[in-house]
Amino acid sequence: MTARSRNRGAKRVASDRSLRAFALKMSNVFFAKRAAHAGDRVAGHRISTDALELLAVGKSDGESSDSISAGRSRSDSQSPATSAGGSYEPPPDSPPSPLGVDSEPSEKDSEDAQRLGAALATIAFSIAIAGGIGFLFVYWTSGNNMLLGTSLAVAFGGFGVALVLAAHWLILQTEVSAPREPLTSSAEERESVYRDFYPGRQVIRRRKLLTWMSAAVMGTLAAAAISVLRSFFGESPYGPTLMSGIWRRGDRLVTEKGDPVSIHSLQMGSSMVVYPEKHLGYVSAQTVLLRVQEKYLQLPKQRATWAPMGYLAYSRVCTHAGCPVGLFEAQNDLLLCPCHQSTFNVMDGAQPTGGPAARPLPQLPLYVDGDGNLRAGGDFTAPPGPSFWSIP
Amino acid sequence: MIVTWLARWIDSRLRLSKPAREFMNHVFPDHWSFLLGEIALYSFLLLVATGTFLALLFNGSAATVVYHGPYRALDGVPMSAAYESVLRISFEVPAGLLIRQMHHWAALIFVGAIVLHLSRIFFTGAYRRPREINWIIGLTLLLLAIVNGYLGYSIGGDLLSGTGVRIAYAILLSVPLIGPWLAFIFFGGNVPTDAAIPRMYGLHIFLVPALIAGLLLLHLAIIWRQYHTNYPGPGRTNHSIVGSRLWPSYTGKSLGLLFLVAALTAALGGLVQINPVWIYGPDNPAAALPGAQPDWYLGWIEGAMRLFPGINLRIGSWLFPELFFAGVFFPALIFGGLYLYPFFERWITFDDEPHHVLHLPYETPLKTAFGCAVFAMLLVLFFAGSDDVIAVVAGGSVVTIRAILRVLFFIAPTVTAALVYFLCVKLKRKHAVPVAQAADTKRTILQYALLVGSAAGIAILAAARSKLSRWHSE
Repeated sequence: MTARSRNRGAKRVASDRSLRAFALKMSNVFFAKRAAHAGDRVAGHRISTDALELLAVGKSDGESSDSISAGRSRSDSQSPATSAGGSYEPPPDSPPSPLGVDSEPSEKDSEDAQRLGAALATIAFSIAIAGGIGFLFVYWTSGNNMLLGTSLAVAFGGFGVALVLAAHWLILQTEVSAPREPLTSSAEERESVYRDFYPGRQVIRRRKLLTWMSAAVMGTLAAAAISVLRSFFGESPYGPTLMSGIWRRGDRLVTEKGDPVSIHSLQMGSSMVVYPEKHLGYVSAQTVLLRVQEKYLQLPKQRATWAPMGYLAYSRVCTHAGCPVGLFEAQNDLLLCPCHQSTFNVMDGAQPTGGPAARPLPQLPLYVDGDGNLRAGGDFTAPPGPSFWSIP
Repeated sequence: MIVTWLARWIDSRLRLSKPAREFMNHVFPDHWSFLLGEIALYSFLLLVATGTFLALLFNGSAATVVYHGPYRALDGVPMSAAYESVLRISFEVPAGLLIRQMHHWAALIFVGAIVLHLSRIFFTGAYRRPREINWIIGLTLLLLAIVNGYLGYSIGGDLLSGTGVRIAYAILLSVPLIGPWLAFIFFGGNVPTDAAIPRMYGLHIFLVPALIAGLLLLHLAIIWRQYHTNYPGPGRTNHSIVGSRLWPSYTGKSLGLLFLVAALTAALGGLVQINPVWIYGPDNPAAALPGAQPDWYLGWIEGAMRLFPGINLRIGSWLFPELFFAGVFFPALIFGGLYLYPFFERWITFDDEPHHVLHLPYETPLKTAFGCAVFAMLLVLFFAGSDDVIAVVAGGSVVTIRAILRVLFFIAPTVTAALVYFLCVKLKRKHAVPVAQAADTKRTILQYALLVGSAAGIAILAAARSKLSRWHSE
């Protein structure tokens, strides 16, 4: 034990004492009579004689012969207090019990300590009961969540504190040293297992046939079990939902409410959510429509006609983790995903400019029909949504 | 009286006296840091209790219904039946909100206690022989706890959980070769699907808890069989266990702890609002919640997803999405490293002896430094997972904060490792723990060789990556 920890121990004792002095005064008032029954042993060590008899049945000494000598060092410290408390006391010169040897119990086993412990625990128990009653009252009346939680916490907390106090003051704490058996079987024990196992195996005839045929059955069943996974996907991932959007050339763009979108729908620098007319609300088809100044566009050559009058359309599903790319920052020409802050430059085909996204948002070609409404010029440039290994 | 009678009745049928006696006399050591696992155990009990209450009232269905109820703001709004039942539990069922919030808080405490327990075991060497099996089971429990936590907050049908489902779908989708199949098997199609909520609900209340309960029992059985470890001290040897008997000393304390954990959960559930789904509104695939973040135990993966640069890595026609590296590869690396650590240490130290006495963290400076460095890295990622919130609070731009965090991702672990290493060495010298000098030198040389080797490996990988991306952009 180092000097420091001894010091700490001393401090603890000192603070225990001052607490004790105060609590003793309190407890003397209320509990003087009850504590006078000094014959009562501490609760934890009271074991009825019947139980002792029961215990004695289980005590056979054969097991203790192979216990390790390390436990023996403490065997002479067997105190009368513990043996009186019910643990089986071995005959004087027998080897130590494999169940361990107790040290002297801590010095708390005085009448004062019991009275103090009883006082403190009773306060805590009473608080717990008050908490329980409080919970019942609140539950049957207002049902206020804060009061319910508080009263329940008081009930549990009071009980918990009471038990800890009891463990500290009313249950004699002894330090036990028990021997550890080695966790490897002895050579003899192993040998005996081999002796039983191999002859046992010998009487199984045609072992190879049994092994291989069983393996074949297991293999078939494993294949069956794995293929049952098919029941869990509604459709093949390589069907239309993953590999393509749902836009077709000529589809009219409509708002979330289903109204067609015309060339007058958006102010410069604003945005809206649009869907294909026939698939309103279809998640993979959700598209963000923006209007920007045409002169700043830097789209690749083959997409030069895809943004009539500065109207641009991109898939609204982030290519990183599939969140809706909801924010259009017009002054920076950026689309921003709220989940992981990926940003896409709307002017150059929604190339990622920051954050974790690596692929551009798929673009939707647009054209203006005879009525001045916006229509899709085809499908997205790539499958919309988060990336996967075989995405083109 | 009754106890004795009952004990006799059972014993005369099952002959349990001997095991009962061994049970009561089982020795557990006393130390506050050994209670962390117990806190996890007790919060699991609370999760089962509160979860049963919720499961009997929750409707795990994605069918659309129209809400009419006391919460005026959503009156007449179409939503999933799941979300509607969460609103009913929160506003109409007596004590429903309390139990719901207690369930959520208990889940956070559960994972937190497991992580602290894991750290205690890592930094004190409790994973060494013979406890490797329990290390593996414990890690699996952590994994299952995280998965079940995710499933739990994903079935509510609110906007936040909908965002989480979309991201999980994208993560599954990003796995090379099998990703699309994985995502479709799990979610039943391209999200949002009607299958997602019932499926996750089934896993959340049956399969994963059953696995957790089974592994937990196995975990405890193995602790029972092997006895707990001891901190070093007088009389603590490899051949003895020092502590208190289960009955009555340990039982009193441990039951006390159970009720204290319950009290904490009840207080939090009553007083501190968590996951107010009614504010988020029902899930809407065309909307996302700004500042959306997962529960804390997924913050590091969220952070990795935000910090990882948008590199478009194609090999031939195959794409390796950026999300795969941040969302699958990195977590797999962390967990894989944890799973393999005891075997790695055994391999590097040639130490295959049973250890029942722990070491203090400062006694193994390199390991402690390494562990702290990993923690520092995860902490940076955790903050990166809320970089948008930090930007709002601190008043900077997300771009700046992300740049700072990207630098910190490399700096913080390095600095932490150096600081911790020297602190440990100093403490070790101060306490002058006697060590076998020769073995220690051999070990140190090996450890340094490994450190240099892994640094070289990382450099080579980094060079290869930049070359690859340059090659691709050409």
